[in-house]
Amino acid sequence: METKTLFDKIWDAHVVSSVENGPDVLYIDRHLIHEVTSPQAFAGLRERDLPVFRPGKIIATADHNIPTENQHLPIRDKLSKQQVDKLIENCREHNIILYGLNHPFNGIIHVIGPELGITQPGRTIVCGDSHTSTHGAFGCIAFGIGTSEVEMVMASQCVLQPKPKKMRISIEGLLKNGVSSKDVILYIISKISAGGATGYFIEYAGSAIRNMSMEGRMTICNMSIEMGARGGMIAPDKTTFEYLKGRKFAPKGEDLNKSLNRWKTLYSDENARFDKELYFKAEDIEPMITYGTNPGMGMKITDQIPNIEDIEENNRESFKKSMEYMNFSPGSSLINHPIDYVFVGSCTNGRIEDLRVFTSFVKGKQKSKNVTAWIVPGSKQVEKQAKAEGLDAILHKAGFELRQPGCSACLAMNEDKVPEGKYSVSTSNRNFEGRQGPGARTLLAGPLVAAASAVTGKITDPSSFGSDTPSGLKPLGG
Amino acid sequence: MPIAKFNILESTCVPLPAENIDTDQIIPARFLKATSREGFGENLFRDWRFDKRGNPYPDFILNNPDYSGHILIGGKNFGSGSSREHAAWAIYDYGFKVVISSFFADIFKNNALNTGLLPVQVTKSFLKTLLITIGKNPGTIVKIDLPNQEISLTASGIKENFEISSYKKDCLINGYDDIDYLINMKDKIIDYEKNRLFWKNELSLL
Ligand code: SF4
Repeated sequence: METKTLFDKIWDAHVVSSVENGPDVLYIDRHLIHEVTSPQAFAGLRERDLPVFRPGKIIATADHNIPTENQHLPIRDKLSKQQVDKLIENCREHNIILYGLNHPFNGIIHVIGPELGITQPGRTIVCGDSHTSTHGAFGCIAFGIGTSEVEMVMASQCVLQPKPKKMRISIEGLLKNGVSSKDVILYIISKISAGGATGYFIEYAGSAIRNMSMEGRMTICNMSIEMGARGGMIAPDKTTFEYLKGRKFAPKGEDLNKSLNRWKTLYSDENARFDKELYFKAEDIEPMITYGTNPGMGMKITDQIPNIEDIEENNRESFKKSMEYMNFSPGSSLINHPIDYVFVGSCTNGRIEDLRVFTSFVKGKQKSKNVTAWIVPGSKQVEKQAKAEGLDAILHKAGFELRQPGCSACLAMNEDKVPEGKYSVSTSNRNFEGRQGPGARTLLAGPLVAAASAVTGKITDPSSFGSDTPSGLKPLGG
Repeated sequence: MPIAKFNILESTCVPLPAENIDTDQIIPARFLKATSREGFGENLFRDWRFDKRGNPYPDFILNNPDYSGHILIGGKNFGSGSSREHAAWAIYDYGFKVVISSFFADIFKNNALNTGLLPVQVTKSFLKTLLITIGKNPGTIVKIDLPNQEISLTASGIKENFEISSYKKDCLINGYDDIDYLINMKDKIIDYEKNRLFWKNELSLL
């Protein structure tokens, strides 16, 4: 019998036809859209006088441009407002569900898809946004597309895609105390580099992945794109099914049984062939931080930045440039380096579990005076949950404020910008030059490193506070 | 949007050999607030090109009058990062028709092709030769022959073939885009929808 990978099973079931010597015509089950990458696609349809083919398979949100304070007031930035208004207008015209600003389901597109149960195993999901890879945590094929492709999907519910190669990354064993899924993915990217998975679609496997919550799995899949992969996915299991149960758009009753039967067939067959396989040991992974200007430039937080001689010759120029930008010296340690900002949020680490981890660490401690902190929930529902668990009050006591949801300082399209030359420990996914504002210096890390650093005002290894590092899996309670 | 036709191009080049040039450098996020496709070229490589006051950095290659042309040469892993097609639009709007690199990020490659900007992937050694030659003589003419999938240095005749899917090649030569193709497939798509096991769960969200 033919053996198939999880990826093959889903991909093959969605091929409508194949272009000779070209891409496949891939049917898309769910299309997510936001205000930044959709307006030109709607305009394109209008120019061609085409309707949206299957409006009922689209979900829209406003997330990139929105303020994270006073969301009840009109958006101040004229261009941001224009873009958000355009989305409202387009969705109204084409009868598309929009969870816009102030809607109880509003939030970052990759946070709301899963929490509303739109993201389901076996589906194909696209969005004009590279971190669409996040949804792969549920055992679906999810990837980012450009605006022309957004237009394509609107026009035909299909996209033309060459089938990528397949890679499996297995992580076996138990993670050390205080090591989060963010550390796992930063570790993997540091090993295979920012372009190391280009051309591949990744399946993550192994006991360390199996033991992760859905939130943890989403953090892993989210950053697949940071090593160049087309996307990342994890076979669905009991954890996945439990998470989905009862969610707004999740199947119910007899539908649920049918779905479960199908979902349970979604795994890579034994002996299925991958184009590349990589193995990592969970116990080798420690809290991580990045020191450079791409997500592959990461290290254990207690390590030293590499020396120039350690860098491959043709990477030396960009390494030097990156050191200049960050104002770091090769060979030095980052521990105790002063910081100015802490950003907790984004589609990587803006879910309830992340807020719990951060809050349980800072509980009873105080924010350092020299640090400005932005604690930004990934969605309205996350915000609501955090408040219901009393996290906002604990944060407030420790000198932090919970803001309103949005992409915020992850890409700084709204007011939340890190000023030039300032250092920010951020739980987001990109440390590119200027990503968090012109001249901003970003250090990517997990929520626990962010918490420890926010309290000391310096880059801090959370384990230096002792062994009671929280796991964050359980609600804190008042 | 229908794309411009591409056949053969002969042009001087602008070399920008940095590795991992990401989409946030090509077009910073703060310039993504437009609702049309025009005008992004103005802010191409904005923070490398201009200081905070908008004064050009004289050292940056786009500000160097010795270099111009319709071909941009980048280093390895060009276009990594976000899926913003605005990056391809900005390069195209600025006046480039071709980007050469030894390695492109996937989404960028798709976006470029959908914009009518041709990504030409060359070997590391060809890239090196190209950069050395152009470094010595900014007037070096490079020929991109899409029908024959060939890139050559006109003066020395050094050449190499490049890959492109025959479908995408046809699209560029004829100025078709994927939407034209998909629209013509509507019946097949509707058949597919009918034949797949769509139980209630898979139907419309509305
Ligand atoms: S949080 Fe950041 S990475 Fe995620 S969708 Fe928003 S801008 Fe993109």
